[in-house]
Amino acid sequence: MSANQSPQTASQRAAWIATVVASTLVFIFLMAPILAIVPLSFSSSTYLTYPLPGLSLRWYEDFLGSARWMNSLKNSVIIGVASAMLSMVLGTLASLGLAQWKSKWKPLVLAVVLSPMVVPVVITAVGVYFFFAPLGLTGNYLGLILVHTALATPFVVITVSATLQSFDMTLARAAASLGAPPLLTFRKVILPLILPGLASGALFAFATSFDEVVTVLFLAGPEQRTLPREMFSGIRENISPTITAVAVVLTVISVCMLSTLEILRRRNERLKGNAE
Amino acid sequence: MTAAFVAGADVPLKRRLKRAERTRQFRALGLVLPLLAFLLFTFVVPLAGMIWKSVDDWEVPQVMPQTVAALGHWNGQGLPDEAAFAALAADIRTAREAGTLAVAAKRLNYVVNGFRTTLLSTGRKLKEQPAPGTAKDTMIEIAPAWGERESWTAIKSASGPVTSYYLLAAVDLTRNPDGAIVQSPADQAIYRDVFIRTFTIGFGVTALCLLLGFPVAYLLANLPTGRSNLLMIFVLLPFWTSLLVRTCAWIVILQSEGIVNGSLQWLGVIDEPLRLIYNRFGVYMAMTHVLLPFMILPLYSVMRGISPAYMRAAASLGAPPATAFLRIYLPQTIPGIGAGCLLVFILAIGYYITPALVGGAADQMISSFIAFYTTETVNWGLASALGAVLLLSTVVLALLYGKLALGRQTTGGLKN
Repeated sequence: MSANQSPQTASQRAAWIATVVASTLVFIFLMAPILAIVPLSFSSSTYLTYPLPGLSLRWYEDFLGSARWMNSLKNSVIIGVASAMLSMVLGTLASLGLAQWKSKWKPLVLAVVLSPMVVPVVITAVGVYFFFAPLGLTGNYLGLILVHTALATPFVVITVSATLQSFDMTLARAAASLGAPPLLTFRKVILPLILPGLASGALFAFATSFDEVVTVLFLAGPEQRTLPREMFSGIRENISPTITAVAVVLTVISVCMLSTLEILRRRNERLKGNAE
Repeated sequence: MTAAFVAGADVPLKRRLKRAERTRQFRALGLVLPLLAFLLFTFVVPLAGMIWKSVDDWEVPQVMPQTVAALGHWNGQGLPDEAAFAALAADIRTAREAGTLAVAAKRLNYVVNGFRTTLLSTGRKLKEQPAPGTAKDTMIEIAPAWGERESWTAIKSASGPVTSYYLLAAVDLTRNPDGAIVQSPADQAIYRDVFIRTFTIGFGVTALCLLLGFPVAYLLANLPTGRSNLLMIFVLLPFWTSLLVRTCAWIVILQSEGIVNGSLQWLGVIDEPLRLIYNRFGVYMAMTHVLLPFMILPLYSVMRGISPAYMRAAASLGAPPATAFLRIYLPQTIPGIGAGCLLVFILAIGYYITPALVGGAADQMISSFIAFYTTETVNWGLASALGAVLLLSTVVLALLYGKLALGRQTTGGLKN
């Protein structure tokens, strides 16, 4: 029960209990779809309904043995890793610059940098499709990597900027006053301290690309279909239990990413604690 | 330090400091430039190109240049002169040989239904260039439509270089043969309904998210940190789970052979499966589920910052809990409510994947029409115009959000 609701009257307690009950229902609403799909992926039946007739791993075998699914997994990883690295480099440089740059144009630049996050993806996808098609950037990896980088960079800029805000710039000045050139200062002083922030940014970028399907619908040829793209067609046609197995694999990946992020956040807070 | 040293070095030091600062600023700008250049190529120019496509009228000027030139002097009254008919005949023959006639036919068919047939059949029947002085009779004999003023105003209205046709069509307006703006014919006037539907779904989802998100944010903000961090997992895990996984899960749960219907039938509550998906209900369920964390997180970050002292003060002054909540607590959460609602609404009106998968034909939002005209019927002008209207709505709301978010800079509001 809440610590700051100390003088408890009956009606306050009732309100608090109502909040707890309502929240519990919402938590169930949030978690139910994810939890409901897990047991179904282990069902031995082709029907997606309870009670399960028996348990089996056949749908996971189906996923792992299918050239189509494996190819899409490979594509997702290639595009995700490439766009995470590219947006990492561009986003980190920009965040370092934005932290020091003072100008009346800064809000405008910031708006441009963050806008890919706000503009509906379908609009970005259509615009990029019109622009990339004559340049030969549709139906190959490069075009997709470029778009996904544009979509992911705002998340890198936000995460890295937040880390830089808590970074003590006197440390960099101390290094400079001791004669370290800017690059050495960055490599030896700034980078180790902001590394957790950079890693979270990269993770955000990878997750953005890994889950993106709209631009893939417009730009990818049959050879570049990603995992979400295959799922999209699969859901459109007919949900097979194999898709539930893929969904569970993807959820496990999300849990891993979320835990990594949490570990990084804790580490970052520890570093901040030490610096103070 | 001696006074003489400071006085002597004063001017150059100031200048040197200024120069150092300027170098630093240039270097900072230099770090931002690669990203700006990259976004220019992958985002800004493509968006500008899309907006340009919503007004670009290139087809008729490119395919029928002589006709466009000949109609330059025509005042739009009666039929144009013999020279215009001769130019039209010449253009049609050239375009048919080059294989570009269909491009102009498609564009003109938007203005007058059936124009495609007129133009293409004229192209087929026009064996050779009519003799001087007889072009008008020849053309009208081939297709009586050339004797009607409407056909010629259609060509003139599509003569470029820019047109308001697509943007007007995106809001169910069109120009009549006299150039006045009027309502589109009923069979083409569908987009206003689609926009209203998009905004209705957006409002509905936002309201549901607020209704469901408020108690959760309140609970998380008022629990001890350790426990609220633990419960936060229930919000963040769905947030991090793939959109397609969640959409797929809703279909599995709600479809007619799905978990809900299966359980209810097994329990004997219902005999026939309820229709829970591929309709508006399914869209609201799935979209609220997807967007709820975007409401909870900004609300939570604002509520965390509200000091409990105010509520205690209100209680000590004799306010009943409900009054204290409504008059003291609620007003302080308004920045969070505003930010959360705007964020959810902005994201909701741009949604494509979820309505496409869990909605019926009558639940498709504007994004799906943009996609349809881009890839299926290849009407890029209309796709761009619909996109431009959606983009404008988004930008206005995003600016509003920016204003709200700047007002409470202490809390980021975005993820984390």
